[in-house]
Amino acid sequence: MQIRHRFVDRLWATALWTLVGFFVVNLLALIATVVVSSFGTRWLRSWLPADWTLRWYAAAWSEFQLGDVLLTTFQVVLAVVVLSAVFGVPAAYALARRDFPGKRLAMLLLLLPMLVPPVTYGIPLATVLYQSGLGGSMAGVILANLVPSIPFVVLVMIPFIEQIDPRVEAAARVFGAGTGRLFLHVLLPLLAPGVMAALLLVLVRTIAMFELTFLTAGPTSQTLVVALYYAVFASGVRAVQSIDAMAVIYMSVTLVWLLIALRFVNPTQLVGRSKRSG
Amino acid sequence: MTVRGRLAARGIDGVTLLVLPAVALLVLLFVYPFLYGLFLSFRPKDGSLLGNYARFFGDPFFRDTVWVTMRLALPVTLLNLLLALPIALRVRHLRRQRLLITVLVLPITLGTVLVSEGMLNYFGPQGWFSRTLMLLGLIGAPVKLVQSYTGVFLSLLITGFPFTFLLTLSYVTGIDPALEQAGATLGAGPSRRFRHVLLPLLLPGLAITFCLSFVQAYSVLPSAVLVGDPSRTTRVISIAAYQAAFEEYDYAMASTVALIMGATQLAVVGMALGLRGLLYRGPAGGAKG
Repeated sequence: MQIRHRFVDRLWATALWTLVGFFVVNLLALIATVVVSSFGTRWLRSWLPADWTLRWYAAAWSEFQLGDVLLTTFQVVLAVVVLSAVFGVPAAYALARRDFPGKRLAMLLLLLPMLVPPVTYGIPLATVLYQSGLGGSMAGVILANLVPSIPFVVLVMIPFIEQIDPRVEAAARVFGAGTGRLFLHVLLPLLAPGVMAALLLVLVRTIAMFELTFLTAGPTSQTLVVALYYAVFASGVRAVQSIDAMAVIYMSVTLVWLLIALRFVNPTQLVGRSKRSG
Repeated sequence: MTVRGRLAARGIDGVTLLVLPAVALLVLLFVYPFLYGLFLSFRPKDGSLLGNYARFFGDPFFRDTVWVTMRLALPVTLLNLLLALPIALRVRHLRRQRLLITVLVLPITLGTVLVSEGMLNYFGPQGWFSRTLMLLGLIGAPVKLVQSYTGVFLSLLITGFPFTFLLTLSYVTGIDPALEQAGATLGAGPSRRFRHVLLPLLLPGLAITFCLSFVQAYSVLPSAVLVGDPSRTTRVISIAAYQAAFEEYDYAMASTVALIMGATQLAVVGMALGLRGLLYRGPAGGAKG
């Protein structure tokens, strides 16, 4: 009985690990195909390309105006990160420290944009932006990206602020610190790690945010991921390899920030749920 | 008592006001567009009140998108959940989880556009996947996995499984191992411990995981176009909304489709949460019950 149990358990474990292994191998191979293809000259009917080259990167850079696209991407992402901190952190502080009438409503308002998928509110939002003349502009793209980012910052920051002892602030007040000094010398240093983690997560998510940018961007306000979509969509016009080169550039941009982010945050926070204690 | 003091007693003072800018911005960028879209949906081009809704449910070109999207999103979400649960139960005992988690975060961070581009190569007729299967003698001719329902299904599996898995794992690790040990002490084998201890504690969390994963799958857009068959079997509802807005420039119709999309997915989420309400929702942490 005991032996049979152990055998079934082994079998089950082996089956599960095989499944995980199969998934991971295919995932890595899928990513590797893009990289290999971007460095290959001609890749037809063989395991690997006939020869290796770097020219697709030069081709992609000029064909897709990647210089402009990258500049736009960084401007959009930077603006979204800064603005979601400016709006999100104070709101999180108020929600963590005060109980006020309407707090539940405010929380609901902050939760909803994270529960409703971007396409659903992106279309009415794009409509409003186009009618107010902001559609297709960089300002429109930034505003649209703030909708999921601000709630994200608030929700990551609330538990972080809650675990800072309010008596620290009270003590500073007792010693005569005004609001400005309290903020600068007490709160800011205590909040900095949490703010940085939240903003890194926003950064990674905004680089990869496709739907909202896609719905609100015009030809001059495309971010990298949207430009990549259009390139793949119109594949056949350009060489596959230069699209792959662009994909590799997108991948490197994302991965660099992901690696930086992972030094400071738990990977599971990227999917939007921080591990709560208790 | 001054007005100020009275307000402060109810929790309203300078600090509370800090919440206002964020709330105002979200009202402007989220609530207002939603209401405006609702208003717009009742003002179709033909002038009647319900013209857009009549058009949506009367025209199979629109109506069928709900079914097409459900047919993709529901099976994928359930499969992801079914795979994620046993694997998460295994992985929680693993000491070096971080490497696996980091690998699984990759497809989520890279996003569906990149995964689709990779799939076109990898699962294409000359891709490594077909080649390997042919080398192993499992298939005779290359399989066609992209530009079809299967392609979108796979893309939702590749980006959706890690998402579902990470959420499930966070619920699984939230259960105090002492509860399972208590079951073992009382003589319950692994399957009975799972059915009578773990599963009841996990089900509410799994319901939430189902909802969040389903919402992601239901709003699939880029992969349905890039690796799917966007004119027929994978013409999902978000494609219909996009086309109404940016190809017909009929914003009223586009808002109608977006609202119906929201309503249909809320119906499924509502059902899942309704079922969740019937379940036990007590402490699973054990330490402070």
